[in-house]
Amino acid sequence: MTTGILLQIVQTLIAISLAPLFMGWVNQCRAWLQGRSAPPVTQPYRTLKKLFNKDAVVARNASPLFRFAPYLIFACMALAAGIVPTIANDLPFSPAADVIALVGIFALARAFQALAAMDIGTAFGTLGARREMLVSFLAEPALLMVFFNASFISHSTQLPVIVAALAHREFAIYPSMAFAAVAFWMVSTAENARIPVDNPTTHLELTMIHEAMILEYSARHLALIEWAVALKLFTYSALGIALFIPWGIAPRGDLTALPLAILVLVVKLAAGGALLSLLEAISAKLRLFRAPEFLGTAFLLAVLGMLIHFLLEV
Amino acid sequence: MPLAYHLQFINLLAALLLLIAFAMLSQRRIVGLVTLFAWQGAALSLATAIVAWSTGQHHLYYSAGLTLVLKVMVMPWFFYRLVKRLDVNREVEPMINIPTTMLIGIALVIFAFNLAMPISQMAGTVMRSTLGIAMACVLLSFLMMITRSKAITQVIGFMAMENGLFFAATSATYGMPLVVEMGVALDVMIALFVLGIMSFQIRESFDSMDLKHMESLKER
Repeated sequence: MTTGILLQIVQTLIAISLAPLFMGWVNQCRAWLQGRSAPPVTQPYRTLKKLFNKDAVVARNASPLFRFAPYLIFACMALAAGIVPTIANDLPFSPAADVIALVGIFALARAFQALAAMDIGTAFGTLGARREMLVSFLAEPALLMVFFNASFISHSTQLPVIVAALAHREFAIYPSMAFAAVAFWMVSTAENARIPVDNPTTHLELTMIHEAMILEYSARHLALIEWAVALKLFTYSALGIALFIPWGIAPRGDLTALPLAILVLVVKLAAGGALLSLLEAISAKLRLFRAPEFLGTAFLLAVLGMLIHFLLEV
Repeated sequence: MPLAYHLQFINLLAALLLLIAFAMLSQRRIVGLVTLFAWQGAALSLATAIVAWSTGQHHLYYSAGLTLVLKVMVMPWFFYRLVKRLDVNREVEPMINIPTTMLIGIALVIFAFNLAMPISQMAGTVMRSTLGIAMACVLLSFLMMITRSKAITQVIGFMAMENGLFFAATSATYGMPLVVEMGVALDVMIALFVLGIMSFQIRESFDSMDLKHMESLKER
């Protein structure tokens, strides 16, 4: 149990500290693919440091919710990062929340983000919040369906059990997971505000979704939100790794596999980040009203994966 | 007990065929459609080759080779040229919007899986469970032919349907005799050329590739 708690703490700290680095790596890959000279990998840390050292400016009519939201969003993402197995499978936190609760935690953070965006009452904040809700209410069921694909194979909605079933049993190819993987990529672009659903680097307010919601934040609040965004991307990548390439995560009660697990995680994240930026580089941003169609496709693919599971894998 | 790895791989390729069939349904641009068609041919050819290797049915190697040459190289090349010559890259709005088409597609897949279940129980092949996927591919290509209005998209749908039929034959009975398959391949080639020439004729007469114009053929 003590090793479990220790592992839990180590893993959460790794996620929190590595998340900006991962973001920097994705940005660097993207810059390379676009033929620009890339910012250093550590740029997100510098941005965070700069933001934390500034004085926060808050609008006069902001309610306490507006100040409180960044902390809550960051806490939600840190909790989510603690639930997803990244290096070890023996996590005391995990039984507290299965994948359905995980989706709920993401939803909680998103609801507060949207509320805070509407709280100030600027046009862009409200616009961003509405768009975010439009995208997310379509992304959530698709994400759940992706999880259910994995649950059918492992007969559980607990992430450690899913990982154990997929990684530590005899190797098998699951065609249903191929569908789930495509659907998962589509959902994660929507949830993490990346191309093709949203452009994280846009400066044009009319095309923003996520950025429009955080326009009014500054200094430490903005830093926390940026960090939470990086953490969310990290958590989603960890989820993708846990569901689709789980090999290398240390099994329960095996501490000797831990150093290797960390090494494997770094390699997988590096490859995953490169793949993510490649997919972003080759796709164009969708019009907002194409986003429901895009996410509908993700949902259908996940459902199709379940059908395939019953046809081929039972 | 898990299946042998080559069977699992065939299952994966079968799932990939279905995935590509859905991608074709949702594709708006004709060039993208042709690329997807080529990929479907490649997956089909690989699946056939693995079946040939695992069951020792040598004639399937020829089928796989034929598929590779015809459906991955010759036909896509021909389609690319046709699209370029006709200058019709953008498909106008399909008759039913794409999300609805996808929903109908899911319903068709469920129908096909149920339809194939009793048949696949009777088949004696190792990969009989993929028959449902093959049926679904046929029905989805058929749906594409129905819901699209451009002649060239319908031709691609027709060719994709042939892919599905070929896969159905392979999964139910290890493929048709080689003579039949050669005949079908030749037929498809001829159909391709005839339809290619036809599309030029259609454009000559109607100034458009849209087959809706052909509904009003009667003399005024």
